[in-house]
Amino acid sequence: MIHLDYILIISAVMMFAGIFGFLTRRSTLAILLSIELMLNATDINFAVFNRMLYPEGYEGYFFALFSIAISAAESAIAIAIMINIYRMLKNISVDELQKMKW
Amino acid sequence: MFVILAAVIVLSSIATVVTKSIVRAATYLLFVLLGTAGLYFLMGYTFLGSVQVMVYAGGIIVLYVFSILLTEGGKDEVFKRKAKDASWAFLLSLVGFITFISVFLTHGFKAAVLSAPSETANAATTISSIGSNMLSTGENGYLLPFEAVSVLLLACIVAGLLIARKR
Repeated sequence: MIHLDYILIISAVMMFAGIFGFLTRRSTLAILLSIELMLNATDINFAVFNRMLYPEGYEGYFFALFSIAISAAESAIAIAIMINIYRMLKNISVDELQKMKW
Repeated sequence: MFVILAAVIVLSSIATVVTKSIVRAATYLLFVLLGTAGLYFLMGYTFLGSVQVMVYAGGIIVLYVFSILLTEGGKDEVFKRKAKDASWAFLLSLVGFITFISVFLTHGFKAAVLSAPSETANAATTISSIGSNMLSTGENGYLLPFEAVSVLLLACIVAGLLIARKR
């Protein structure tokens, strides 16, 4: 007996763990890891609402699929930016990044 | 099975944000993503689960581990967090969590129960129906977002090369 609530609670724990990490982490890569946690929690919600409330539909399914593709693109670009910043400033901690200039 | 997956996901997602070392955080995130793929398999969404394993676990985590080792793999204790900030953030996320949970529980989703392999859900998401929906221009077609994602990926390739190149 798996109720919808149980899966929603799991994804809420994941979402707020991500928010906590986003607010407390100091390294930009760790902040990106927290963002991945939050995106993953929303994917679970899309899929589970589709599966349990509207099993004959597929809108949530496709939303989760496109969301995975977009988050992959987002993290690739973000990592490219981090590597570039590290190459210039030798540091990627948000405390130390003071200037926006190249 | 569900209990095991739930325990793995919850514990690993909390461990991801409280552990000190970033490499360890990325490893815990890998467990979270694999547990999520397990949930998709449990729901009968096998294609979504395989995409999750291939793209997230196979692609993104490897990318993260590479970039962590390229930038600051040597230094483990990179975040010294201030206790005051952490307690405020913890309070904020706890309040938000309780709000979310109370909204779920008061809206009576409890009636929806995951029944083992459902015929209608399987019929809606076979590989052939996914493919024809993805490429159809009809009422329920997803051709436009499909093409938008392909343009996005092209822009992403160009931008990644442009940003990360050696000057």
